[in-house]
Amino acid sequence: MELILLLFTFVLAGFLGFELIAKVPSQLHTPLMSGSNAISGITVVGALLASGQVDGDMSKWLGFAALVLATVNVVGGYMVTDRMLSMFKAKKG
Amino acid sequence: MELFINLAYIAAAILFIYGIKMLGSATTAVRGNRTSSLGMLIAVVATLSRSGLDYSWIIGGLALGGLLGFVAAKRVQMTGMPELVALFNGFGGLASLLVGWAEYEKVKVHGWDTSLAGEWFSAAVIAIAVLIGGITCTGSIIAWLKLSGKMGGAAIVFPGQKVLNALVMLVLVGAGVAFAIGATGASAATMFYVVVGLSLLIGVLAVIPIGGGDMPVVIALLNSFSGLAAAAAGFVINNTVLVVAGCLVGASGLILSAIMCKAMNRTLGNVLFGGFGAAGGGSGKAVEGEMKAISVEDAYFVLEAAQSVVFVPGYGMAVAQAQHVVKELGAILERNGAEVRFGIHPVAGRMPGHMNVLLAEADVPYEQLCEMDAVNAVMPSVDVAIVIGANDVVNPAAVDDEDSPIYGMPIINVFEAKTVFVLKRGQGAGFSGLVNTLFFRDNTRMLYGDAKATVSGLVGQFED
Repeated sequence: MELILLLFTFVLAGFLGFELIAKVPSQLHTPLMSGSNAISGITVVGALLASGQVDGDMSKWLGFAALVLATVNVVGGYMVTDRMLSMFKAKKG
Repeated sequence: MELFINLAYIAAAILFIYGIKMLGSATTAVRGNRTSSLGMLIAVVATLSRSGLDYSWIIGGLALGGLLGFVAAKRVQMTGMPELVALFNGFGGLASLLVGWAEYEKVKVHGWDTSLAGEWFSAAVIAIAVLIGGITCTGSIIAWLKLSGKMGGAAIVFPGQKVLNALVMLVLVGAGVAFAIGATGASAATMFYVVVGLSLLIGVLAVIPIGGGDMPVVIALLNSFSGLAAAAAGFVINNTVLVVAGCLVGASGLILSAIMCKAMNRTLGNVLFGGFGAAGGGSGKAVEGEMKAISVEDAYFVLEAAQSVVFVPGYGMAVAQAQHVVKELGAILERNGAEVRFGIHPVAGRMPGHMNVLLAEADVPYEQLCEMDAVNAVMPSVDVAIVIGANDVVNPAAVDDEDSPIYGMPIINVFEAKTVFVLKRGQGAGFSGLVNTLFFRDNTRMLYGDAKATVSGLVGQFED
């Protein structure tokens, strides 16, 4: 049952994603992409759990590498998007 | 505690959804991005509150990754944005691959977790996470190499390429299935490593035949993949927030790829497997007439008298870093009484929205940035259209030559303007290898040389 719920969530999130993006003006495509790219760094949650294991050498090392990479993705992605968007905003005001 | 963590994940998912929604409008985009980053923070903090974690590694990893991300984001030039986005994307994909792998190593020690379904299911989702993550990783790295000029941007094609790719993909899927079916068997580990190796290989193979001008589609698609990889990793570790956030990104990236394809009048399959500009191009009508050059001085006299000017920037403007002088020229023309607009083709540049980012960096007023349809509507009344480093997106062959490979692609109709100036380095063809019939038209004048130097020259003329 839990599996079905998870699949259900997956499908609904997919439809939601389609709906959310359908009408974005092309000016915003780059920030949208880099912003959603940062969200895909959510895999950091999995990396945290893997690298924080108390035992399991190999697994821990892999988790650690995943954690570093995912954190770069998250921190870098959000910051770069913010930089881009603040440029867009500065111009308007 | 578990309940609290899950509630926090729901909160994070809501913030992601609102964040993406707000990114869709210029007025709320900044807050949208911050909203989604708050969601990320909540998800991370909630995860850290799980008991029994070894924090020393976690703190080290977060600090190292955070520092690297911070430095990269601070130091990047706006012109270097496409390659940075590609690189971050690759990191995300590799992280998802590693999360899947780490889980498998855990399984080797502790045995399969069958709380969701049988071993086969856990093994299958691990294989999928590795597969998508691997393709995203190496595919993005190749895109990064191409975009940053560390590797030629041209499509790399060789005989038998499609057969080879299909074969690798077939073996890859076969190994994945074998891994899932024989998850508890003796050969499972071997099959797993085959999946890891081949997914990384297929990412390289899939992106090398795609030329530079198709990069907006590829980047958007890889972005989608990085999300799907995260969602797959979510199934691996049975975590809802990964599934939701990953799937949102997967869907949005797919939409963006579809928009890019539409702007090129091509299908996704054609972009990915066409090897456009390497094998196919070159057909189309023979061009008559000759290219007529004009000096900067003469161009100045034409511009001085112009009432309405449209700039059409392309990748060449990014390469020449000419956005600041272009903005300056635009401002001068406006003071001179002309109406100035920028016509931006959806696939101009190497990333969706690439030109908008560059012009925004140069402080070009927002109202002057026009989308393709808006600028095409007024084109017949435009005195001078200035094409800066754009090529295929202004090629009239797309409108009037049915034999041309780009026939049917929506373009910016600069040929309808009274006069067209084309700023161009040399006389060669565009990325697609096509001859641009615009250059041979009666109302077109070529301004040869580096775009930045040429525009500076024009600015200089006005100031004298």
